[in-house]
Formats: sequence, C-alpha cells, structure tokens
Amino acid sequence: MCLAIPALIKSINGHQAVVDIDGVTREVSTMLTPEAKVGDYVLLHTGYAINVIDAAEAEETLKLLRQISEVC
Amino acid sequence: MKFVDEFRDPELAKKLLDRIHRCSTRPARLMEFCGGHTVSIFKYGIRQLLPKHIEMLSGPGCPVCVTANADLDKAIALSHLPNVIITSFGDMIRVPGSHSSLQEAKAEGADVRVVYSTQDALSIARDNPDKSVVFIGIGFETTAPTVAAAIRQAEAEGIKNFSVLSLHKLCPPIMKAILDLGEVRLNGIICPGHVSAIIGSYPYRFIPQDYNIACVVSGFEPLDILQTVDMLVQQIEMEQPKVEIGYRRGVRPEGNQPALKLMDTVFEVSPADWRGIGVVPGSGLSLKEKYRRFDAEANFDIKPGPVREAKGCLCGSILRGVSTPLDCKLFRQACTPEHPVGPCMVSSEGSCATYYHYGEADGR
Repeated sequence: MCLAIPALIKSINGHQAVVDIDGVTREVSTMLTPEAKVGDYVLLHTGYAINVIDAAEAEETLKLLRQISEVC
Repeated sequence: MKFVDEFRDPELAKKLLDRIHRCSTRPARLMEFCGGHTVSIFKYGIRQLLPKHIEMLSGPGCPVCVTANADLDKAIALSHLPNVIITSFGDMIRVPGSHSSLQEAKAEGADVRVVYSTQDALSIARDNPDKSVVFIGIGFETTAPTVAAAIRQAEAEGIKNFSVLSLHKLCPPIMKAILDLGEVRLNGIICPGHVSAIIGSYPYRFIPQDYNIACVVSGFEPLDILQTVDMLVQQIEMEQPKVEIGYRRGVRPEGNQPALKLMDTVFEVSPADWRGIGVVPGSGLSLKEKYRRFDAEANFDIKPGPVREAKGCLCGSILRGVSTPLDCKLFRQACTPEHPVGPCMVSSEGSCATYYHYGEADGR
C-alpha cells in the first residue's frame, strides 16, 4: 500500500508534472514536493511525488555496500 | 529501472549475506512494520538465506489489513446511500466487513469505483456535480498527505461534493502499542521506508531509548533489506541500539516538511480502531474542525449495525506478530486469495496473501 516507485520528471506545470516511469508517461502531482525539478527522479505514490530521490546518496549507499561486504 | 536494478545486484547480495553470516553471533528477532517489506522479504526468499538464529516477524503494516470491521462497515453503509459514489483504492473493495464487502455492495447496485489516486476521485467529483463522492481514506503517513492535498485542492476549486472517510493510521504510535503489549520480544525493527519518507527518522527515537531495540529505516529492494539486516545485526552485536537510515536515497532524517505541514493543516491526531489490537489513542487522523465539511462520517447519517468478526480468522493475532498464517486453520483451506475470509488474504501485501504466494519459496 505504501508502494512508491522511481519516476523521472520530464516537465512541470504548476503543481502538475509529467513523469516517465520506465517508458510509461503519466501526469502526477508535485504538491508534496514543491522543490522537484525537471530531470529529478521522485518517489511516486498514488499519483503524487512524495520525495525527490537523492542520486548522490544512492551512489554513496552502493559504494558503502561494496566496501563493507568485504569486511566484518 | 534506475534506482531499482542497481539494488538487485545478485553478486553484491551474496557478499552482503556472507557478511551477515560472518558478523552475526547473537539470536535476534526482527520485525518489519511495513507490508511492502513483508512482500520483498518473501519474494526474494530472504528469511531462508539468513542465519537460523535471526528470526523475522511481520507486524501491522498493511493499512487494508489493520482496518477494523466497524470502519469497513461504515464504508459499506455509505455505499448504500442514494446519490453517493464511493471511490477507493483497489485492495479495499474485496475486504469482507461484518456482513458484506464494497464489492458485494457494488454487485447489489451501489456505485463503487476503484481509483489509483485521490486525483482520480476529485475528477469523478468534478464530473458528477449532482452526486456525493466519498473517498475511503485508508493508509499510513505515506498516503495521508495525498488525501490532505486532495482536500486542499477541493477547497481551492470550490468542489463541494467531495468528502473523505478518514481511516488513516499512524506508525510510531502502533509500534509503541505493540511493544507495550509485550507479546513479542524484539531486538530490532525494520522501520517503514515510505512512511519515513514523509515523517523522517526522528519519530522512532523512543524505540532504542525506551525499549532498547535497534531501528533501521529500510528501502524495498533485496540489497536494501540485506543492508538493513546487516545494520541491525551490527547494532545488536555492539549492544548499541539507535535509529539509522539505510534507505538514504529516499528518506531524510527530518522527513518531508511540506507534506507534514499539509497533513497538519487538514488532519488532527485522534484515536483509531485497529484490527486485532483495538482502539489505540493518538494512532489515527481525523479532519480538523475547519475541514469538517469534507468529513464523510460527520456529513452522512449512517448506521452500520452490529459488528461481527469472521469465525476462526487469525488476522488479529497475525497483525500483532503473535501468530503466523500457518497457525490459522482457515489458511489455504476456507481462506484463499479467490475467497478471502480475512483482510490479510485480500491485500497483496497482507501476511496471509504473501505466505500464500511466496510461502514455498520461503521453505515453509
């Protein structure tokens, strides 16, 4: 129910944005993420962007996982 | 899909699993509080890959499942009123209440429509000015802001035929209630990912402080779950419980402030009735006085009748983590996804449906 999937913002008009979800285009609300910009990935939940995905943090997490997996 | 595929890397998953096996020495009982996590854990067979001394339990993390029959009956009673269109997320439609479901009400002629978003419910209200459109507001803190947003939008556009039956529930208070019940002893909690995208990680701080239990906010891909288990194991091994975020690409410690502000504008904290647990103070959301005209319960005169629970259904104790679906005599027999007796078999992320679909992959 709390499912949210990554979606790429293609354009924004007021509180509405057009996003690309793995090739599927749809209109979503950005009322909850006024900071979202074109080119951002957002977490999409029931037609609303609920957060902007932090791409740098995603990279950091993967880097960390690669590092720690070698040690205990 | 970007931000998904990278977190499904099987090589890295194997290395992380090896690390967990190397580092974990103490028995640990972990509970996930989000139905989405339950599905991921089962779908990827994570339970059987972990060391035997790490036990995983599922908590009350499926909003459809935790909705009490008394509240379901209200939704069904609303659907029988003349000139009312019920709009709801799909899972909710098939959940049996005391005497029927919204699906059965629809078969009897009620106008019940499945929507993907509150935006769709607003569109139906715009298109049907002579009807009253009621949205069945279920969901945790992830969904409540989207309902608040729709109410604000209805207010701004002057849409007068839209209202919400607010059955929203809050995560931290129910975590506290489960811990206070003392039926399950936990060492670690996998905190919900998208609830935390809204509320942040600070609201969980009472858990390590007051209950000495480790907490990690997790994402939903296999690497996310393994990372979370690893972080919990580290906290448990070092006897240093705290709140950490594994899902850093989606969750900030302070949460989503605009969403929290919107929720606070429209809703106030209220008691909520949880299946299997009962009424928990401060664990729900109702509409503030200023938004009472959007409150379906206040605006319609409904008498749902006496509440009845399905005989033999263990959903209540499954939601508390005390029983598993395998303890229920109805599971796979009288209760299947095609003919569900309890809500945990209806919702795709209910424990019973998850055990039903992925149980064999879990080796149970």
